[in-house]
Amino acid sequence: MGASFPFLQPVSTPLPERAGQRAVRARWLWPAALLAFVLFWQFAKPVAKWAFVYPSAWELPAARWIGRATKWLQDEATFGLFTFTDLTRFVAAVIDLPYRAVLSLLSTGLLSGQGSSAVQQLPPLSWLAVLAIVALIGHHAGGLRLAALVTACFGFLVLFGQWTSAMVTLASIVVAVPIGVVVGLVLGLAAFRWPPFERALVPVLDLMQTIPVFAYLVPVLVFFGFGPTAAIVATLIYALPPMARVTILALRSVPSEIRDLGNMVGCSRRQMTWRVMIPSAKDSLMVGVNQVIMLSLNMVIIASMIGAGGLGFDVLAALRRLDIGAGLEAGLAIVALAVALDRLSQAYAEKAGQPAALAPSGTGLVARHPYLVAALAVVIVTFLAGLAVPAAQVFPEGWQVSTGAFWSEVVRWINVNFFDALEAIRNAILLNLLVPLKRLLGGLPWSGVVLMLALAGYRLGGLRLATLVGVLALLIAVTGQWEKATITVYLCGVSVVFAALIGIPLGILAAERERLWRWLQLVIDTLQTLPSFVYLMPVVMLFRVGDFTAMIAVVAYAVAPAIRYTVLGLQRVDPRVVEAGRAMGCTRLQILTKIKLKLALPEIMLGLNQTIMFALSMLVITALVGTRDLGQEVYIALTKADTGRGLIAGLSVAFIAIIADRLISAGARRIRERVS
Amino acid sequence: MFKTFRLSQTLAATLCLSAALATTPAFSQESTDPIKLTLHDWTGQLITTEIMGEVLKKAGYSVEYVQADYLAQFAGLESGDLHVAMEMWETTGRDAMDAATATGKVENFGETGMQAKEEWWYPEYMKEKCPGLPNWEALKSEACAEAFSIPETAPKGRYLGGPVTWGGFDDERVEALELPFEVIHAGTDAALFAELESAYQRQAPILLWIYAPHWAPAKYKGEWVEFPPYSKECYEDPAAGLNPDAAYDCGKPFGPIWKVGWAGVKDKWPGAYAAIKAFTVDNDEMGAMITKVDLEGQKISDVVAEWMTANEARWSEWIKK
Repeated sequence: MGASFPFLQPVSTPLPERAGQRAVRARWLWPAALLAFVLFWQFAKPVAKWAFVYPSAWELPAARWIGRATKWLQDEATFGLFTFTDLTRFVAAVIDLPYRAVLSLLSTGLLSGQGSSAVQQLPPLSWLAVLAIVALIGHHAGGLRLAALVTACFGFLVLFGQWTSAMVTLASIVVAVPIGVVVGLVLGLAAFRWPPFERALVPVLDLMQTIPVFAYLVPVLVFFGFGPTAAIVATLIYALPPMARVTILALRSVPSEIRDLGNMVGCSRRQMTWRVMIPSAKDSLMVGVNQVIMLSLNMVIIASMIGAGGLGFDVLAALRRLDIGAGLEAGLAIVALAVALDRLSQAYAEKAGQPAALAPSGTGLVARHPYLVAALAVVIVTFLAGLAVPAAQVFPEGWQVSTGAFWSEVVRWINVNFFDALEAIRNAILLNLLVPLKRLLGGLPWSGVVLMLALAGYRLGGLRLATLVGVLALLIAVTGQWEKATITVYLCGVSVVFAALIGIPLGILAAERERLWRWLQLVIDTLQTLPSFVYLMPVVMLFRVGDFTAMIAVVAYAVAPAIRYTVLGLQRVDPRVVEAGRAMGCTRLQILTKIKLKLALPEIMLGLNQTIMFALSMLVITALVGTRDLGQEVYIALTKADTGRGLIAGLSVAFIAIIADRLISAGARRIRERVS
Repeated sequence: MFKTFRLSQTLAATLCLSAALATTPAFSQESTDPIKLTLHDWTGQLITTEIMGEVLKKAGYSVEYVQADYLAQFAGLESGDLHVAMEMWETTGRDAMDAATATGKVENFGETGMQAKEEWWYPEYMKEKCPGLPNWEALKSEACAEAFSIPETAPKGRYLGGPVTWGGFDDERVEALELPFEVIHAGTDAALFAELESAYQRQAPILLWIYAPHWAPAKYKGEWVEFPPYSKECYEDPAAGLNPDAAYDCGKPFGPIWKVGWAGVKDKWPGAYAAIKAFTVDNDEMGAMITKVDLEGQKISDVVAEWMTANEARWSEWIKK
């Protein structure tokens, strides 16, 4: 299947190429700067304490400003005829309509009346009907094999008794994804047409993707009301940016010949957009759709905290009573949904890339729309069957299976038999690596670090990058987040190193072994869609709360892009170059290190970039096992409903992400230039 | 046409319903909109809420359950998107509740009758290693601290406190009572009990924050540490208590579990408002129900139904006008 699409990669922004603007290359610059930094760090503390610990008197009360601004938006902001809150409430009501419709189709049935006094007029689609319909969609998209796969995924939901919750989750995904796709498409189109708009949009997209969701949950609740709609809005904020980015990229890569052709035949502007550009960018656009689906599923747990219910709620509730098996089953149900939707959207993406099949010759309804007719038939037949046999409507409880206490027993067994060995490993890493590093980073002077970052920006991308990086780093200090930010950098940094040490060798191994790669893909797909809460609690049982546990969770999630991009980079190496190397008598090791890895380095660095982004996006989860970083700050702000505090900490996370992203992208670009 | 038909049908259904339930008092001018009760992610709260919901249904109200986060829900309660939250713990939710009631949009509906208890807790097998327990003074001895220590904290003992957001003043307590312990904060409640489960399986040392009503004290054998009893002065005035220079030199307060809700409930559903205010259960019956669900694997709806039949006299009193 179309494995060439990254499964969950937020597309990184390419900086505009700036030919000729080469960074200054002076050999003495780095050693001198480093030496100055170390001297300053070691000896300046007694003289200039302010340069080490940011004085609280200099802090900007930005949190208060944001808090006040939200209050104003909430209570006073008005457009004359209606207030800002009216507007957001209207948007919520508009989203609520399709959601109610889908929910009644999949879960509640057609109801009259409200709440518990509602009377069901028509039952929802039965499990048999949904199963048959997804099989039909699968067959339409990718033939029998895909049909079997998606049926198996949905069959899992039925068999393990996850059906009711899964349909609630599916309903919110079914509503969120089209909205995300359309809004992303429109934003991308606008950005493509008006470059100033693009310049304004791209930073906003960066922030939408990197600010932890918990940071904007409170304002979303205030403006959009409590319930599934607010959850859908929060999901959209997180899941929509890749669609906008992909749209911009896809439209830009439409060959100029096609555009010229459109001009020659005299297309109007609208025809040009909808008849020429979008159809020819269709297969890239489908990648964006796939991203929106996957990111929406990533939000299931958080969405359930603000009223979306469904599988996310089941996971949380199961883990609160330490029922590891039940948590895992609900978590795997999310994975099953993700796999089914991912494979379907990928199959459609592939189909979109191929020339359309000839229109069927028949004229009858059945011949023209065989799938639609079949689906309708299924709905009618299962509806009647459901009336006659209750088991056809609701899967009987007695037929369901469960792993029961099996997984709890597995964890207990490991715990009782191997705890001492695991504890020794934990202590060794914690005491020799994590704790010293935390102290080291915490002791660095903020002023020196800001300058060094700016210098790195200057060397890699010139004055503009230097300014961007320097200002963002300075903002973290100015808003009083420096100390927590260093803990964040320490935790994410260590995790990224471990993820790279595990991921890159695995990627090298898998790049040439098709079977291994297929298995590995399954593993990393699961790791990325399984809510981390599911494995976090067993990890706490084995390693206690604290930084080490947090690190394991981050590594488990962030290792995926390290593997994926390494494989991608190695597989893309031109076989002729490898052949030439072999002809020159290189050994296998030499081919790997001297040729392949060198050529694949830009991709591997992009993978590293994504690993950092993934690690940062896990921060909020690590707060749940007792770290003291920016993630914890965001979480505390959420529990105190303090919008300003949460957004300031969230912005700091975003700044760290943007600094890392820009520096690494600039570095990768320089390497690519040098290699070619 | 169709609409009138539907309306009259609903009307007829409502009439039938009220005729069938002879005990149902007819509330006049009450809204027929559903009352939204919030569900959180712990069993006790699910049970409390479902009992309230069932009772309101018996009184003829339409009820809707909405899954919501314990603290994030206040945004919804203030705006009137949500209506009733059945468990707001004095010990963990006080700040958020005060902030919300201060806006005037949220009202405290009174006590549930349950008392939240929170304190340091240890499994019974630790008594052998630290014989002076449950008296808190035993924790002052070096041998005891050593028994509760792990490599990062040694020679100090390790105490696993609740998430930072719960407050609890444990850092201050350790300092004020001069206990040779280090306070480690668990990030979530789930992590707290995961550690307890792990230690209990291995019969390993652990000292942690436990609260009740909860399934843990029923599942694991153990005891609460007995600190000097809490008093308001002890928390506020350094001079009070054992340590003349520090506050928090005593145990944690017991506190009621409150019912809170949207301030508009009173006018929109006066009868329901009265019923919610009248609702009470106590710690023991709640503890028994939690045990049935979490440890014996019964369904919440079955346990609630059982309670409803056993306590009919009680709840019909709540919905009496």
